[in-house]
Amino acid sequence: MVFERKDLLGTRDLSAIEIRSLLESAESFKEIAERPLKKVPALRGKTVVNLFFEPSTRTRTSFEIAAKRLSADAVNMSASTSSLVKGESLLDTVDNIQAMAPDILVVRHRFVGAAHMIAERVGARVVNAGDGANEHPTQALLDLVTMSEHKRVGPGLTVAIIGDIAHSRVARSNIWALTTLGVTVRICAPPTMLPRELDKIPGLIVCERPEEALDGVDVVMMLRIQLERQDRLLFPSIRDYARVFGLNRQRLDLAAEDAIVMHPGPMNRGVEITSEVADGSRAVILNQVSNGVALRMAVLFLLGGQGHE
Amino acid sequence: MSSNASLLLKNVRLIDAGQNRDEKNLDIFLRDGKVAEIGSSLNLPADQVFDLNGAWVMPGAIDLHVHLREPGFEHKETILSGAEAAVAGGFTSIACMANTNPVNDSAAITRFILEQAASAPAKVLPVAAISKGMAGQELVEMGDLAAAGAAAFSDDGKTVANSKLLRHALEYASIFNKPLLCHCQDNDLFAGGVIHEGMISAAHGLAGIPTLAEDVDIARTIMLAEYLKVGVHICHLSTATGVRLVRSAKARGVKVTAEATPHHLFLDERAVVDLAYSEDLDEHVRPQQLRYNTATKMSPPLRAAEDVTALREGLADGTIDAIATDHAPHEATEKAVEYELAPFGVVGLETAVALGLRLVTEKVLTPLTLAARLSLAPAAILGLDDRGSLTIGKAADLMIIDPQREWVVDPGKFRSKAGNTPFAGWRLPGRVVKTIVDGRIVFNL
Amino acid sequence: MSPNEENSVCSARDVEQILKRIAFEIVERNSAVEKLVLVGILTRGVSLARRLKRIINETADRDLPLGSLDITLYRDDLACATHHPVVRKTEIPFSLDGVTVILVDDVLYTGRTVRAAMDSLIDFGRPQSIQLAVLVDRGCRELPIAADFVGVSVPASPQDRVMVRVEESDGFDKITVMPRD
Repeated sequence: MVFERKDLLGTRDLSAIEIRSLLESAESFKEIAERPLKKVPALRGKTVVNLFFEPSTRTRTSFEIAAKRLSADAVNMSASTSSLVKGESLLDTVDNIQAMAPDILVVRHRFVGAAHMIAERVGARVVNAGDGANEHPTQALLDLVTMSEHKRVGPGLTVAIIGDIAHSRVARSNIWALTTLGVTVRICAPPTMLPRELDKIPGLIVCERPEEALDGVDVVMMLRIQLERQDRLLFPSIRDYARVFGLNRQRLDLAAEDAIVMHPGPMNRGVEITSEVADGSRAVILNQVSNGVALRMAVLFLLGGQGHE
Repeated sequence: MSSNASLLLKNVRLIDAGQNRDEKNLDIFLRDGKVAEIGSSLNLPADQVFDLNGAWVMPGAIDLHVHLREPGFEHKETILSGAEAAVAGGFTSIACMANTNPVNDSAAITRFILEQAASAPAKVLPVAAISKGMAGQELVEMGDLAAAGAAAFSDDGKTVANSKLLRHALEYASIFNKPLLCHCQDNDLFAGGVIHEGMISAAHGLAGIPTLAEDVDIARTIMLAEYLKVGVHICHLSTATGVRLVRSAKARGVKVTAEATPHHLFLDERAVVDLAYSEDLDEHVRPQQLRYNTATKMSPPLRAAEDVTALREGLADGTIDAIATDHAPHEATEKAVEYELAPFGVVGLETAVALGLRLVTEKVLTPLTLAARLSLAPAAILGLDDRGSLTIGKAADLMIIDPQREWVVDPGKFRSKAGNTPFAGWRLPGRVVKTIVDGRIVFNL
Repeated sequence: MSPNEENSVCSARDVEQILKRIAFEIVERNSAVEKLVLVGILTRGVSLARRLKRIINETADRDLPLGSLDITLYRDDLACATHHPVVRKTEIPFSLDGVTVILVDDVLYTGRTVRAAMDSLIDFGRPQSIQLAVLVDRGCRELPIAADFVGVSVPASPQDRVMVRVEESDGFDKITVMPRD
């Protein structure tokens, strides 16, 4: 096993070997969900705090289930109940939690670098569950676990990521992990949601139109469009977005015959993806969710299941 | 505050752009707060005599752009602590911006600043706001402020978005011979931005501030000055396009001047994700957090490497007239927050001259052009006739530099109340060892 | 024994003979062969269990279900392990309720692995009984655990290293004892 880090903050700095070992490890944890008793004692007596400064039911639940299946004590702390609303600084909040001696902090925050800041502050291990538009490493890794159920994830594979790239941590974490493994990544977004200079990243192909991005592609990853962004003059209307960038059956026909369709959720049906595609045979969206638990178990185990130096 | 005492500085290398003079083995005699005599082997009776053993003597540095935070934000800096930091860094005059609380938009505030500054070791030159409350709506009473001692006008920290108001400010200020210092920024293009829009913002999901936000406003400001045939000064130039705009305006004869900060001359956007990207930082004082360190957050932001190159070229060829620090102190806890929440601004008074010496060792500037950028040009921009040069008869404001005295930037040792510098841990090639204002030694290392 | 000197306890032919004997004993002791399942502890226990399956198939004409068990997540020393333990895939594609499990491992030493394996098995269901088959019993138990079927007993001190090598993982069968460095 080659994962010797204190924290999992992103996929950007992970080596191919580290990514592969996380994926392999996740494979071993999948089976636990099928057992009559879905619980192993690996993290008995460990405390996992889900520190969510931004609401997220899915990711938090996934981490919570993962922690509990490992027998860890999982505690949820969300922004609405936190002292942040009382004007306490992030570091003060974190110092307080650290004083209660947790073993692992799972951090979701709406600002870039929050997990990094916390990781440098505390002795507990930190898993970044999303920091602003920066990284969401466990999402990318579970996407890779899902892809590898259908494809060989490596050179020769082509993945199209379509949607609001600029504001997407899912896109970024996937870009880093996929390009590190030698996968060809095509990016497609309205120019208003496409960061300048993204084309400087090696292994990345920027496509103007979804038709171009989808052509013969093996994996289609649609991103959630945040409807509130409309106010920021980024696209004219939801209708217009769906028309130009939404994934429908006709567009999906451009992809390889055995292409799979992914979406990190929650979906806006009829906006970035039609129900026909989302519920179709090529969608692996719910497998992503199942694999999320296994992958997060693997991550929590690797970080928390070992002794302290 | 001038001194009646006399001081003889022996065996110095005088570097003074005002006299276009870079000569070794000189003695300088200061009396009654003025430069009284310059020559070799001066044998004049003096109250104090220093054999400086070849150290450099340059006119005191003049900073066109500092934030002293008083009144209103004394926890960040005070006029006194800021002036202490200034002289420790070789600055003998500092122009302090108006974005205090209350804003320096009335003669009463200007007088308050001057009163507070009376006991300060450096000359403090209050810059008054352009608009009342810096709200961009109505002009301040420029005549009254000029009479009270305002050295210049600026809404720095904000742009004057209303072009008609900016036009009237330029026209009206010109009769008092006080410069307008323009913070150029298109608010809509800037809005929400945190770091330079480029490679790093793309990769790390931080909202970008495009160079465009600065460039379109520099173009507008230059066009106004050109049309009105008045002078204007552009603050903290940070982009290659900005340099080009100023260069071509100067070639056309527009009376535009510009400044650049040391941080924009030394650091690019990569510092946001790795403060140690360009330097082998001293391990004892290097910051623990090298990624997303809020000491790299300022406005305008650290730009791309091409912009740094263009700024250095502009500084060398005189397109950029002055080095100014944009010294913007913040309390440690204010900066110890999420990157996106942190306030903009870094301190600079105690590192700027030493970084200037580094520009000399890197052959960007000669000692003489460094003296021009640090002293002569800023004095000219502010219309300080008796400062910025060490011609006989001018104020004895000077700094003594040991060009061989390497040191490590340690924010813990700053005299400023704040330590928010992106240069912590840098090894700099030389150091200001004495600062003299009006013939008085105000800093002695 | 001089350092680095390997003392071979069993050669390849011996190992095969031992397994045949164990297979015979298993069948002899469990008259209800149809209720028997084999579960090997990863990695070498699984190889040995697979061979027992083959031998029982050949000699008693019974094809026993075979499972593999990774006990990493049940280890009691996770908190003090210095390396990241590798979690491998547990595969028990049959019900354990009411069956007799023959748990197979290569070496029985402290008994902690067997303890972890039993805890894990019980989480999968309620077997009628669990019996333990090991190729080597080297003694020095730390828990009250004994094997039902033992290939060879090799009294070794904690300073010794007992190694079982099997063809499937190592290319050849061999049991050796050597001093730890």
